[in-house]
Order: sequence, then structure tokens, then C-alpha cells
Amino acid sequence: MDPNAIDQAPDAAASWPDQIYDLLKKHEIRQVALVPDAGHSRLIKRCLADNEIIVTTLTTEEEGIALLQGAWLGGDKGVLLMQSSGVGNCINMLSLSHIHRCPMPMLVTMRGDFGEFNPAQIPMGAATQSVLEAMGTLVRRADTPEDIAPTVDATIRMAFNTFRPTATLIGQRVIGAKTFGKD
Amino acid sequence: MLAESGKLDRRELTRVLLEDRGEMAVIAGLGAPAWDITAVGDHPLNLPLWGGMGGAAMIGLGLALAQPNRKVLVITGDGEMLMGIGALATIAVKKPRNLSIVVQDNEHYGETGMQETATKHGVDLVAMAKGAGIPRTMFVTKPGEVPALKAAIHEGNGPFFAVAKIDATSKKLVLPPRDGSIIQARMREAILGPAAHHQL
Repeated sequence: MDPNAIDQAPDAAASWPDQIYDLLKKHEIRQVALVPDAGHSRLIKRCLADNEIIVTTLTTEEEGIALLQGAWLGGDKGVLLMQSSGVGNCINMLSLSHIHRCPMPMLVTMRGDFGEFNPAQIPMGAATQSVLEAMGTLVRRADTPEDIAPTVDATIRMAFNTFRPTATLIGQRVIGAKTFGKD
Repeated sequence: MLAESGKLDRRELTRVLLEDRGEMAVIAGLGAPAWDITAVGDHPLNLPLWGGMGGAAMIGLGLALAQPNRKVLVITGDGEMLMGIGALATIAVKKPRNLSIVVQDNEHYGETGMQETATKHGVDLVAMAKGAGIPRTMFVTKPGEVPALKAAIHEGNGPFFAVAKIDATSKKLVLPPRDGSIIQARMREAILGPAAHHQL
């Protein structure tokens, strides 16, 4: 990993990014929309290397909500990967899921959540769960590595079985908070 | 096809573009474009939007990627396109051959009191699409240019982006079904057959 990167990527020994990838395959996810986050970097690489998954890099996360709507119209199951700050960009667009009863699973890596260094990450990090729930999203948190795969599995199942927006928030406690050498 | 202003009549334009549409799926941005596609003939392969402003082009992209052998047309307004303008970059990178976007540009926010949009003040959406890297574009102001516009939409050599300058007058309201779950389900069934409603 780039030692100068501001975000923290999961430890190379961590198996949960690969477990999420395996779940995407198990659930036959065909489209992955994302704005990159260091916490999802390994998962993004796995998806990009998979010719059966269409990866769309967005200019803003709300594009991903609309993309999932279009994918579902055409019979593709999709997920949206983003950082917690990106959740704030999605709020009005989430109405699409309610208007049409469109499944919209989101996998969110948290910043501003646990040991955060950057003050700018705190407001949206602290509000992520509240604003998602205010928009009718079923939100489940995973704060230990072993909780991530079952929670993501549940999030994908609840989206496609019950036709609504759902989200897993992957806690910063699992990903780690970078300190810029200011421990 | 011309209104008294000398500009294109939006509903006549929509009628011509959707005539003999075949299996083409159509996403319409909220407001007048949604009323337009409904006025010229509601259709299971129509998704008239009631909200999600700024999302029409991206819905078109998601559908075009899922159904690469089916033509997908997004018809939307200048205000709606401006709100999600970054989508032009996202679409240019994905290069969906089967996706066309037509902006019916009346230079106003028609549903909220006809306030001016940025296109009234010189913002050039075609230049923005070209700058994003969408290679095939058109700028349409005259009825004589509409057959070429229609041909480009049906050609399947996209992504294709066009702006049609239209008369700003509001037309008679023709409302699509308001239950979005029905609008979604009927399009899914038209594309996927009865399997659309069964467990994936």
C-alpha cells in the first residue's frame, strides 16, 4: 500500500475482503458500482480482475444508486461500495428504491468512526447510520473481522429478498485509523 | 414540428423519436420528459421517473450494461442533466454502445416556475459531453435534423449524446402510472419475461 495514502487499507492478512468477494459471487452480483475507498481496495481489485463483474467507477456515489436501479431493470444484481462520506451524497437518490421497490445493497467502510485523525471525516461518519435509516435503509454494523461476512451476506439477502435499500457499515475499528505518524 | 417560437415542439419530437421504437427501452427524466413519453403512448418499456433528479442517465447506463443487446434511450431535461452532469464522464468511460441520451433543452426548470437553467446562459451540454469523451454527439434545432437524430439513436454505435433545443411552453399534463413498483415490474417483465418476478 502507498505509505502516503491518507486512508487505511485492511491488513494484508485480513481475509474479510476476500470473503466479501466470495459473497458477491455466491449471490451472482453482476454489477459493482463504487467510489474508491482504501478499506475496499482489495475487494475492488478482485472485482476488476473478474470478467463476469462489471465495475463502474462513479464521479459521485448517488450515481451508483441510479446505476443499481438501471441494472435491476435489466435483470442484473448490483452492489454499491463506498466510504461513509459518500453516503451523504446518496440521500435523495435513495428515494428510487422506495418509489420502485428496487433492491439496493450498500457496503460502506467507515471513517470518522473509531480513532479518526481527520476532523473533516467526523460529521458524516457520525451521521452515516442515522441518515441511511432516515431514508428507510436497513443498516447493520460489523465491528469485528468475523462479523463482516455474515453481515454482508444478510445485507445482500435482505435487499434482494425484500426489495429495499440495505447497508453494512464496516467499522473503522476493523479497518484501522491512520494517524499520520502522530500517535 | 415547430412551435410558434420557431423552436422544436417537445411532444412532436418525442413522438417522432419513439415511433417504431421496436424493443428499445426508454428512461424519461422527471417532469416534462416523463409526461412527453406518456403522452405519445405509455409502454411497458417506458420508465417515466417521478423523482431521483440527476439520475436518469445513470439508470440508462445500468440498464444498458445489463442488456447490451437492447437499445436504451434516456430522454431528459436540461435541468435534470445538469444535476447529474458527472454521469457523462462515467458513461464515456464505460462506452455502452447501446445507450443514447437526448436532452430536451428548453433552458428552464419547467416544473417549478420556469426559472432559467445554466443552458440559458451559454452552458453547452454537447461540449461537456464531448469533453467527457463521448465521441458521437448532435446539436439539433431544426425539424430537418430530427431524422438523423433518430437514426443515430437506433444505430447502436454509442454512447450517443444529443441536445435538442425545444420550445419552452408547457404542454398538457399526461401523467404516467404513479406507482413506481408497477412501472419497474412491467419493464422487468417486458425484458426478462415471467422470470422477472421469481427468486433470483
